[in-house]
Amino acid sequence: MTQDSKSGTSRRAFLRGTLAAGTAVAGAGMARAAGPDPLITEVQPWAQGLGDGVDATPYGLPIEFESDVIRRNVPWLTADPISSINFTPIHALDGTITPQGCAFERHHSGAIELAKPDYRLMVNGLVEKPLVFTYADLERFPRENHVYFCECAANTGMEWAGAQLNGAQFTHGMIHNMEYTGVSLRTLLEEAGADLSGDKWVYVEGADASSNGRSIPMEKALDDVLVAFKANGEALRKEHGYPVRLVVPGWEGNMWVKWLRRIEVMDGPVESREETSKYTDVMEDGSARKWTWVMDAKSVVTSPSPQSPITHGAGPLVITGLAWSGHGRITRVDVSKDGGMTWETARLAREGENKALTRFYLDTEWDGSEMLLQSRAMDETGYVQPTKAQLREVRGLNSVYHNNCIQTWHVKENGEAENVEVS
Amino acid sequence: MSKFLNLATAGVLIVMAAPAFAESYGLGREALPEEIAAWDLDVSPDGTGLPPGSGSVEDGEAIFAEACGACHGVFAEGVGNWPKLAGGDGTLANEDPVKTVGSYWPYLSTTFDYVHRSMPFGNAQSLTADEVYAITAYILYSNFIVEDDFVLSNDNFTEVEMPNADGFFVDDRAETEYPIWSGEPCMQNCKDSVEITMRATVLDVTPEETAEEAAPAAEEAAAEPAPEAAVEETAAVDPELAAAGEKVFRKCSACHQVGEGAKNRAGPQLNGIVGRDIGGVDGFRYSGTMADHGGVWDEATLAAFLADPRGTFKGTKMAFAGLKKEDDVAAVIAYLKDASANAN
Repeated sequence: MTQDSKSGTSRRAFLRGTLAAGTAVAGAGMARAAGPDPLITEVQPWAQGLGDGVDATPYGLPIEFESDVIRRNVPWLTADPISSINFTPIHALDGTITPQGCAFERHHSGAIELAKPDYRLMVNGLVEKPLVFTYADLERFPRENHVYFCECAANTGMEWAGAQLNGAQFTHGMIHNMEYTGVSLRTLLEEAGADLSGDKWVYVEGADASSNGRSIPMEKALDDVLVAFKANGEALRKEHGYPVRLVVPGWEGNMWVKWLRRIEVMDGPVESREETSKYTDVMEDGSARKWTWVMDAKSVVTSPSPQSPITHGAGPLVITGLAWSGHGRITRVDVSKDGGMTWETARLAREGENKALTRFYLDTEWDGSEMLLQSRAMDETGYVQPTKAQLREVRGLNSVYHNNCIQTWHVKENGEAENVEVS
Repeated sequence: MSKFLNLATAGVLIVMAAPAFAESYGLGREALPEEIAAWDLDVSPDGTGLPPGSGSVEDGEAIFAEACGACHGVFAEGVGNWPKLAGGDGTLANEDPVKTVGSYWPYLSTTFDYVHRSMPFGNAQSLTADEVYAITAYILYSNFIVEDDFVLSNDNFTEVEMPNADGFFVDDRAETEYPIWSGEPCMQNCKDSVEITMRATVLDVTPEETAEEAAPAAEEAAAEPAPEAAVEETAAVDPELAAAGEKVFRKCSACHQVGEGAKNRAGPQLNGIVGRDIGGVDGFRYSGTMADHGGVWDEATLAAFLADPRGTFKGTKMAFAGLKKEDDVAAVIAYLKDASANAN
């Protein structure tokens, strides 16, 4: 089994290997051993010899058998991988916390290396006293810890016109969920004696060449925005903005400025490139919505899915997925096996948390027949995740951003799954 | 005793010196005007933040061809997947809207601001304010918004009318969507039937999955012995010239990589370019001209190509206008040799 794992790195090879095994068991109820299992009856090398010492791996990576659980990109999406995006392997993860090493990346001029001693953060504009902080200064303010999801506004954006990419990683993987440690933006604004009036704006920009400037209304800036320097307990990764990034809970990922270098209090929005030419949503009549910051409630079945087929045949099956809402807590997730004709309510692994991923499970018995799997999230505001048809009716086909439609996987009798659209 | 007193006095002084406003921790230091001026470059729609200066369409055309044309096309029409900056007028309600500065961008300040701070790709903040005015003027001209004799400056900046200025409205989902998509959803008999109307596998655009393979491949490459010629050439490279060439190379770096781990991008990787077969990098899709040319890149051929790419190789995909100064050509070749040698 362990020897096979290396050859099983492509999806097709994986399917070939596992489906054969699945068919043999299908419908058989509890399997019966054909003979004694040598993995049990023979002494295995790992049970006889010795493993690695504690000095072998000062900082560990996943074991080699998990080498296919990686970020992937779609080369034809962008002109160049430096200004591009990759996708979290959500089909292969469980729980809710995304490990940093496989959490999606989006850069506009590449992931830069910025050392802590070279880091400066400026607060200027409508403030009593413009200030410059070093990294060490930031560590002396009172800290907070929060878990939040970060979703790119373009997540599922390739699916507006139709089912296109075959895998939850590609359709829904522009998302990650981490526990952040940092200082509230409010604390830094107050430190500089900023004008905190409700009609003011806070402009934030990064230290990279793109600068990726975004304007945030004061109300949000004072509410829950965090200037973060740790994620999942350790320093941010380079690709996520080391040493300091902005966390804007529930709002589109583009506003979570990485390598944060400047915070300017202003009378109005800058209307930067990222908030006019990009991250605005074109409607059917050609007009465009702007300032569409909040990520509405959304969910997806992560397994079974095209990259995570059913390999065990009929019988007990765990259907699982993720749900989230930029408006607050997820309160309920329903799952349909027949393309939305009937629904049953899934079990939330934990009570929904504010602006964080929620894991759901439907522990079910699969009869081995075809399924059209869907999930539908509801949040604490009463919002119900819409179908693609409902979204199109309001917005047309060219919005690019904020596609939070119900996703359908066609699970076939052999356990394979495909991204489809249904009537 | 006296030491203790001194320390205590110092402590009192520090507390007194802390800023007077509430909730202050006294952390950080005051930003200097020069520091704010260096970083606070943003330009707002009303022109706030514009530096003094001006630039003409005519100057802009030449600067654009050199600094921007490689990716955006000399007429701002876009190359490959790189953004189109001109055209698309009246397409926003079409099946495939073309969103350019002319057809979509609501404010001219956004163009100036972005070019000034973030362009050219790989060499940001290398343009003067006048050059940015000129480039902005040329982009306006390429969208038929101004005439060819137009000069843009901080004085007339806000007089330019952008065609799609009124094309945007503030997020109205709370009124137009949330009331429809709320309440208790249907659980049983929600539809009479369900048909599959579209399948992703029909398109077949999903990348084939492979596990991380880059590391072993890089090791193999490193294991190959370095060609001796490269070592000899290194000895001949003038380090100062190579350092100058590294700066020139920023113009190339949007499309080309050189050095350890260099990969093909919009252009082929350039390791060992001097002495390499013309059109010889595996896995790069060359133009017919380059693929069929034959021969090797000697320094003279490379120098001619860098000075005038499209004149030297008619039909080349490289949209770069060329290096006007001979010194720059010599410097960048020295840098390419140096960086190639270090890659081995």
